[in-house]
Amino acid sequence: MRADRRRKADRIRHLLDTEGAAVHQNTQVFNEGRYESTAALDDYEALKAEARAIKEDAIERLPELVEQVTEAVEANGGTVYVADDAADATRYLSDVVDGRSVVKSKSMTTEELDVNDSLDASGAEVWETDLAEFVLQIADEAPSHIVAPAIHKSREEIATLFNEVFEPAEPLSTAEELTRFARGYLGEKIRDAEVGMTGANFITADTGSLALVTSEGNARKCVQATDTHVAVAGVEKLVPSVEDLQPFVELIGRSGTGQDITSYVSLLTPPVDSPTFDDGELGPAADREFHLVLIDNGRMAMREDDQLRETLYCIRCSACANSCANFQHVGGHAFGGETYSGGIATGWEAGVHGQDSAAEFNDLCTGCSRCVNQCPVNIDIPWINTVVRDRINRGSDGDFDFLVEGLTPDSEPGGVDPQKRLFGNFDALAKLGSAFAPLSNWVARTDTAGALLERTLGVDRRRELPEFERETLVEWFERRGPRVSRDTARRQVALYPDVYTNYVRTERGKAAVRVLEALDVRVTVPAAGESGRAPLSQGMVATAQSNAEAVFDALAPTVAAGHDVVVIEPSDLAMFHREYERLLPTDDYTALNEHSYELLEYVYGLLENGASADALADGDDERVAYHSHCQQRTLDLEPYTVAVLEDCGFDVTTSDVECCGMAGSFGYKAEYYELSVDVGESLADQFRADDAADRTVVASGTSCLEQLDALLTRRPAHPVRLLDRQ
Amino acid sequence: MSAEPIATFESALDELGVDLVRTTTDEFASTLEPLLDAPAVGSPLPFTGVSLPENVDTDPTVAELDAAATGVTAAGYGIADYGSVVVQGGADGAEPVSLYADEHVAVVAESDVLPDMDAAFDRIAADVGNGTSQSIIATGPSATADMGALVEGAHGPMAVTVVLLEGA
Repeated sequence: MRADRRRKADRIRHLLDTEGAAVHQNTQVFNEGRYESTAALDDYEALKAEARAIKEDAIERLPELVEQVTEAVEANGGTVYVADDAADATRYLSDVVDGRSVVKSKSMTTEELDVNDSLDASGAEVWETDLAEFVLQIADEAPSHIVAPAIHKSREEIATLFNEVFEPAEPLSTAEELTRFARGYLGEKIRDAEVGMTGANFITADTGSLALVTSEGNARKCVQATDTHVAVAGVEKLVPSVEDLQPFVELIGRSGTGQDITSYVSLLTPPVDSPTFDDGELGPAADREFHLVLIDNGRMAMREDDQLRETLYCIRCSACANSCANFQHVGGHAFGGETYSGGIATGWEAGVHGQDSAAEFNDLCTGCSRCVNQCPVNIDIPWINTVVRDRINRGSDGDFDFLVEGLTPDSEPGGVDPQKRLFGNFDALAKLGSAFAPLSNWVARTDTAGALLERTLGVDRRRELPEFERETLVEWFERRGPRVSRDTARRQVALYPDVYTNYVRTERGKAAVRVLEALDVRVTVPAAGESGRAPLSQGMVATAQSNAEAVFDALAPTVAAGHDVVVIEPSDLAMFHREYERLLPTDDYTALNEHSYELLEYVYGLLENGASADALADGDDERVAYHSHCQQRTLDLEPYTVAVLEDCGFDVTTSDVECCGMAGSFGYKAEYYELSVDVGESLADQFRADDAADRTVVASGTSCLEQLDALLTRRPAHPVRLLDRQ
Repeated sequence: MSAEPIATFESALDELGVDLVRTTTDEFASTLEPLLDAPAVGSPLPFTGVSLPENVDTDPTVAELDAAATGVTAAGYGIADYGSVVVQGGADGAEPVSLYADEHVAVVAESDVLPDMDAAFDRIAADVGNGTSQSIIATGPSATADMGALVEGAHGPMAVTVVLLEGA
């Protein structure tokens, strides 16, 4: 294995061992809380759309809002400074603080700027008063989560840390004791401090007001107790008016920690008039100063970047981290850059710290899309990850590999990592593998081939490689022909032969043909190529686009005739429904989107419209454990498979993990194999539980099937196999 | 005001573990008395015919504030569906009083209980325009999960009681 892959694998293994358990437990609470709390909203989608529209408008008019807020804050008696970069910001902040003692509430933006280090260097004493930030300050560690920065630390570790550092008379142990101690300790710091430094979740341009979303009450204390309030916030935090805060206040707690609302949402129009602490007395607030420091640090350039602009809509709620299977297992110390962590961190890191920082962790986004519906401002987070990956590919130096080059007729530059190229051109590999099957399978299974693949291309030798079929699905169908005549057909469809179904899992394709025909559907299997999913997941956008165009050309006659396209592989259907919007002309995208269906969704539609389940296999109460596919669930298509199976007499239970962990090529990559298995074990555990241990395992996605096959002793299958009478 | 927001308010508060105590202007003193654990601090109440008893210190030192068991303040309004009270601190010290005592007792007039966040933000925006420099939407006690388990009472109060002034 190449040294950089080995280093990455070692680092991930270390974090899985040391931080994985705490991160998993805590993110699960947030994730489940978010589902529950957002489900209680009548108008969740409308609120998200409203929040999105406000952000789009604000970023569009940002220079104007900066001017407006400057006028408003100055009219209120405060000052505004727009800092170009971190050096500019920290220089200004050191001047304002001027060696005085500072108490801070939680602010990721000050982490981005390394404010504490620069204030320390200027001679000022700085205390973090958010309890998690306080823990990290003492431990000298970086945040592992943008909302709950010490999420990787267990209560026991915090107790050990406090007992070592503070040597209390009675050792601290419970969460309550630790909290009381920290409150007392920091209470003194707050009382003695002269400067209160906060971030801002939102800033209203019309009035110069800040919204601070907190639960502990420390931000309130930092502002009230001191006579200088400094708020540090990215320029993107500006919204036009106070009324615009409403959807965000309703969404941010739910989306983040799963609380309907956090304990405190402070709406401050500083300088505030609460009495300050002054020599043990409550003193008048007349002299309180307020400094608003707005941070550019790359944001205005992101605003000009058509692909990164969406990142600026981010309200840093952490939903994309909490809903991400990889993040849940390894946390932000792996799935994060210099400052930010989770799915959207790729956009932030690329924008504020540069592409190299994003490159460190960007591959941990597998494009599973589970975060997409969770984002309160509807940011297409997987797309940002894909685009940045593409840029990283193009930016790196040529690391040409003749072995891969021969297999990869792609549209990419020479800099693409050979491992990414291999997986991005899986169709070419599959075509060859099929042509030379079974010989190619025998060779691939040898130790020599495994070692070579791992060493040269980073394909983990612990994974079984796909076994190619000599006869592809398309060839099989050409030989066999359609079995339902046009005259008697209920509907006419083109079954899309995705690469896996065509070359590897042909049995599910054949079952799909027979099931559709049993319901009087005339099926054809056009030789449409790879959808673009494989190259897209490697950040090879140009190749994905040319694949998409070829697929559309192959399916266009079906669509033009008013027939339907049926797709077995959910990740390919997700291409048609989501990513093709960015890869194809609008009319083509719309036509294919409107006429393409997931296989069991289509069967469901047929049964609802007069076809009879009697034509399909009878489940006869067979007990089934079903794992839907991440992208299928994002498209809300899981219920159809469950309904059809139940209609046909199966007894169905479902998994509730976000992703199987395999995610296309991800689980094959040597540096990620162990994380992939760790994620997959959460799913496998659900299917090993008492109520599921005896059930037949079915899954819709190829990757999910491979992962389940590797982790369970039962051999899983696509659900259509259960419906096929043959 | 219809009874509906009040019922919603009460059940939302109940879910947060916050008691809603109903009273009237006439009965306010006797309702408040058992809610006061000594030492108690407070900030003056703006409601006609209602005032704080003598044993509530409205001009505490920092040490007295820190030692307070109960802190009584008015809330500008309530938000029924979230069980929130909006504390509008000012020069009279409502912000520290509501923040430092172990328990915060928030007094809100029945007519100031608004149904939802939409209505609340209309009021908040108007108040900002009229010079209110802080409106804290406070929902339940302060809390943290940063120490490995949920703890109520982080930097702020560990308990909250809402006193509803009926007919006011």
